[in-house]
Amino acid sequence: MTEREKILGRVREALQVSAHVPGTHGHSTAPSGASTPRHWLPKVGESIDEQLALFARNAAELKADFQLLNSAEEMRTALLSLRDKENWKRAATHSGQLTDAICPTLNLPLLRTDRTYDVEALEGCDAGISECDAIIAQTGTVLVTNRSAGGRALSVLPPHHVVLVRRNQLVADLPAAFMLVKEKYADKYPSMISFITGPSRTGDIERILVLGAHGPKKLSILCF
Amino acid sequence: MTPVSQFLKDARVMAADLRHRKIIRTALGNYEIARDKRKASFQDWQGARQLAAETKWEAVNHLDKHLESFAAKLEARGTKVHWASTAEQAREIVLGIVKDKKASSVIKSKAMTSEEIHLNDALEHAGLKVVESDLGELIVQLRNEAPYHIVFPSMHLTRDEISELFQRELGSAPTNDPEELTMIARRALRKKYLTADIGITGANFAIAETGMISITENEGNARLTAALPKTMISLVGIEKVLPKLEDLALFLPMLATMGTGQALTCYNTMYGGPRQPGETDGPQEWHVVLLDNHRTELLADAEQRDALHCIRCGACLNVCPIFRNVGGHTYGTTYSGPIGSVITPHLRGLQDWKHLSSASSLCGACTETCPVKIDLHHHLLHNRRNAAKGKPSFFEKLTYKIFAMAASRPTLWKTGLALARIGQPIQRLVKGTALDPAKSWTKTRDLPPLAKESFKDWWRNRK
Repeated sequence: MTEREKILGRVREALQVSAHVPGTHGHSTAPSGASTPRHWLPKVGESIDEQLALFARNAAELKADFQLLNSAEEMRTALLSLRDKENWKRAATHSGQLTDAICPTLNLPLLRTDRTYDVEALEGCDAGISECDAIIAQTGTVLVTNRSAGGRALSVLPPHHVVLVRRNQLVADLPAAFMLVKEKYADKYPSMISFITGPSRTGDIERILVLGAHGPKKLSILCF
Repeated sequence: MTPVSQFLKDARVMAADLRHRKIIRTALGNYEIARDKRKASFQDWQGARQLAAETKWEAVNHLDKHLESFAAKLEARGTKVHWASTAEQAREIVLGIVKDKKASSVIKSKAMTSEEIHLNDALEHAGLKVVESDLGELIVQLRNEAPYHIVFPSMHLTRDEISELFQRELGSAPTNDPEELTMIARRALRKKYLTADIGITGANFAIAETGMISITENEGNARLTAALPKTMISLVGIEKVLPKLEDLALFLPMLATMGTGQALTCYNTMYGGPRQPGETDGPQEWHVVLLDNHRTELLADAEQRDALHCIRCGACLNVCPIFRNVGGHTYGTTYSGPIGSVITPHLRGLQDWKHLSSASSLCGACTETCPVKIDLHHHLLHNRRNAAKGKPSFFEKLTYKIFAMAASRPTLWKTGLALARIGQPIQRLVKGTALDPAKSWTKTRDLPPLAKESFKDWWRNRK
């Protein structure tokens, strides 16, 4: 017998005796199934404007730099001013509709992570510029996958992560975000799906917040 | 030293350590404010708890079905799934992979399962360099200590102590600025990520429906551990299962709320396989080790099965008056606080660890705070009962026999009471000394004085 069979055998034997559902005072051995997460999770506004405003508030609280812009042209300008302000020498990105349209304006050597690349070179980049699958109003989160955002490392190895996103990629809440993942990828999920909520942080020294523990110290979200 | 005498000795020291008390109070005071703010943002926190408890109930009570689906989906996309009944088997599996890859260095992101099976010791014995990448874990690793708390491993240390440690172990310049200290660790670890042969992670959830693990973290160290080394190994307790991907929509914010008082932790990442065709980074090989290590024994105890619902948020530790007084290391266990006191007797033997069930005021704060409604303080009582049944104490039985005899005979009770009223002033003279029969109580506490008149007498004499 393999260990797999042994463990599953012990599990099946243990489950011969049923256990009560918590919170039913021993009266039930089946969950009610009456509610979904959306009944309980924090409220988000009904309209797109309310949700965009909520996203902006959450991003500010998370110390992320969220810029709501009006056109691709404004996005180019915003990216250029980030380049100048942060004094970027090299940046990394991947190919995509938005990145292809916006990144060349930087006029910097660009490392591409959607083809074979050198990790040391990525480590030497000042910024990683990526697209995303969605942004989530409820929590101020950027949803990326390794397919939509140039692999596993681009959004976490360089010290500044810049996300390029369109307004119509905003979803209201976490249940909507998971629904989007399921519908978009069906049974061919990318091998990494990441919910990024603010720049990297730690509180491991006296519970004092420090940004940029191992991942990016800065997170900019440019949206039009 | 036995676990119980170690516990008593350390608890006595820690409970009187005012410095420790101050650190813990400040840290947990801040935590409570953040946690309450997040709880209040939910439309109905109690409704969320009930749904989370029911979801975990479904997962654990159909564990066989969910594990099979989890493993099958992972294997279909090229992940190697291993099954380990014991800690020893799990260590051997990991060592086998390490040898096979001729690896010399390992980078780890925080995994309590690896603490549970003492993986670092085994890897170091085999001649490997092991580096913890979570800042708190790195700090306790450099101190050769176990994590103080399952979520905040280095909560018991001040910035000055950490500064001294980094100067000694990492050769850094003196600074007690938390930001600079964090940057020292960041720089020290960057090189290790780029050169490590193997990355080892834990998992917060295992999604049965899609065959994914979900890792919750703030620092980005797990993201890097799962992106850069060629081989990735994840240690997953079999109870980590959630049935559906969208269950995370509830569990991720609840874990963040109770774990650290955040709306959502910085990185919540689902991994469904090693690097797939067309992907340009990520490990070429991914091994998932499913760990039983006595979990099926806990599963077989239907009364306490809900202890397997635990999502390791640490909330019950944070509210526990015992934990706050004696500190995390005093427990001498991988999992401390109320949840540790409940499950350790199942993982490591009831008779050796039954004292943890008595280290409780039974106030129920743990049960009330638990986001998945584990009946923690009643399980402490269940453990006490099971321990007494398994190995009755002659002295305890005798005491209760005498008490029952006296309590059921009014004259005997009355005589006893009268004698006690005479005896108490004498006892006060020897209070807390070797002559005092109630010494173990009176050493640190007063015995309340007996009332001059019993209730019965008062009732009879009232006008």
